[in-house]
Amino acid sequence: MSKKSQALPVDTVKFSSFYHDAFLRLRKDKVAVCCLAFVILLIIVAVFAPIIAPYPESYQDTANILSGSSSEHLLGTDEYGRDILSRIIYGSRVSLMVGVVAESIAVVIGVTMGALAGYYGGKVDMVISRIIEVFASFPQILFAIVIMFVLGTGIINVFFAIGFVGWTSVARVIRSQVMQLKSNEYVEAARASGGGNLAIIMRHLIPNCLSTIIVIITMEIPADIMYEASLSFLGLGVQPPQSSWGEMINKARTYLRANPTYSIYPGIALVLTVLAFNLLGDALRDALDPKLKNL
Amino acid sequence: MAKYILNRLWQTVIVLIGVTLITFVMINIAPGDPVAVMMAKKADEATITKIREQMGLNEPLPVQYITFLKNAVTGDFGNSYFQKYPVSTLIARGFKVTGTLAVGVLLFSIPFGLILGILAAIFRGRILDRVFMFISTLGMALPSFWFAIILQLIFGLWLKVLPISGVNTLSGYVLPSIALGLIYGASIARLTRTNMLEVLNQDYIRTAHAKGVSEVAVVLRHSLRNAAIPILTYLGTLIKNILGGSVLVETVFSIKGLGSLLVEGIMKRDIPVIQGCTIYIATVFVIANLLIDLLYGLIDPRIRVSKGGA
Repeated sequence: MSKKSQALPVDTVKFSSFYHDAFLRLRKDKVAVCCLAFVILLIIVAVFAPIIAPYPESYQDTANILSGSSSEHLLGTDEYGRDILSRIIYGSRVSLMVGVVAESIAVVIGVTMGALAGYYGGKVDMVISRIIEVFASFPQILFAIVIMFVLGTGIINVFFAIGFVGWTSVARVIRSQVMQLKSNEYVEAARASGGGNLAIIMRHLIPNCLSTIIVIITMEIPADIMYEASLSFLGLGVQPPQSSWGEMINKARTYLRANPTYSIYPGIALVLTVLAFNLLGDALRDALDPKLKNL
Repeated sequence: MAKYILNRLWQTVIVLIGVTLITFVMINIAPGDPVAVMMAKKADEATITKIREQMGLNEPLPVQYITFLKNAVTGDFGNSYFQKYPVSTLIARGFKVTGTLAVGVLLFSIPFGLILGILAAIFRGRILDRVFMFISTLGMALPSFWFAIILQLIFGLWLKVLPISGVNTLSGYVLPSIALGLIYGASIARLTRTNMLEVLNQDYIRTAHAKGVSEVAVVLRHSLRNAAIPILTYLGTLIKNILGGSVLVETVFSIKGLGSLLVEGIMKRDIPVIQGCTIYIATVFVIANLLIDLLYGLIDPRIRVSKGGA
């Protein structure tokens, strides 16, 4: 028996699935691993913000207003004497939530529209493609601003505004992917065995787009985080006393001379987060779906 | 070619109608009575009803939309509620400033991106390539409004060499152009590098080298021209994003352009201004895209054939 297994090492040949392969490729990429670690750290910080932050979000140390770094306040304080480090930590919650919730909205709308257009083609495709084109004619940030005007400020509305803005890029990619996939034999087989259109889309086409969807999500999350920061920077997004990095940068602008570092720290948090997601997205794309290179 | 152009024109008209429709619907479902906002609660009920009548706000929405569309085609977006000017005048005034800013952004980002991208492609895999690509990756993650503040701190407050607000002189445009242009320069650099690498691997480049054409000539005459086509496509998106991004940068530098006109309109709920700006900006993008597509068809004959021309 042992001789046989030496000659034919069946038990050492592992069946590696598509995602397992991708994971192995990703693990070799040092930059990607660092970015993933940073994102995980960020999630931990956001979830445990009340434990990690040295001060409560709105605690005002009136003796220290607009102070620089000190042992009490590592990154200094703002115009109300609130600890900047603590507010950055709490602000990570807003950024991550926007990334997840807004992108989920965009993905649901985008995948539905893209799959319908790609699968049915013809008139359905023409109508949906025109709708996509109309939506994509507005600069994203401007469109988000107008939606915030319609819905009113606040974090829930930020989710919807950014979701409505982001769906077109998802729809475009899914549309072209479904178009290619639908001519595959397994789709024909599913139809021959009596599968309805909806079942084919839901059970066969969308699952086959999954790797693409994962890549798009990772690549769009940093953009969504940037839009939220921009909206809050303009005073149209998250409202004080809730802290958001964009809102902090906006407030800091008034105190450039009194405390220049006040404006710098929330920006660094924003840049690092966006950078980590961008690089992670690039690596995931290379690992999962090299065809999307020109996205 | 004629068929391709006609097709493209027809598409453009449909998209523009869609743009006005979406904007009109969105603004009209926004809560709050525009007349009440305009009068700032100073008028009594009867006056408000009278003004509503005069402004045609009692008509059914489809009728209002048709009237709106008819006026919009002639460039008439109504009068601002708060500034005693027609919206078209305000837009024209704002566009002069934002247009200059956009030119500044293009003048900064295109050479910046091309030079970085070409050098990175030529020295691919070496230190210079890594450094340039790191700069461009970082550039793509920098929020323009924050980078703008950093520039204000460095050049305005510490070095005191450039104005940090207003555009009374042309030098006022320098920092805003860099703040907004960095992210696009970074994207152009990446795009150029990828395209150049693709082109540099082609047989005709090897032939050119074999013929003894100098390195500079190979890059400039043979590679860049082919690598430039995708960049031309990017130009449409670039114009759209500059118009969008100007909202943020204009706020930081207190520039009275189209972006700050819109933001101010939003803050005051000045509906004609919001409507006018939104439609105007989208239209500029749609028309620019149309022109780019037509130009693209002229430069690259393969496109007009494949898109059902001939």
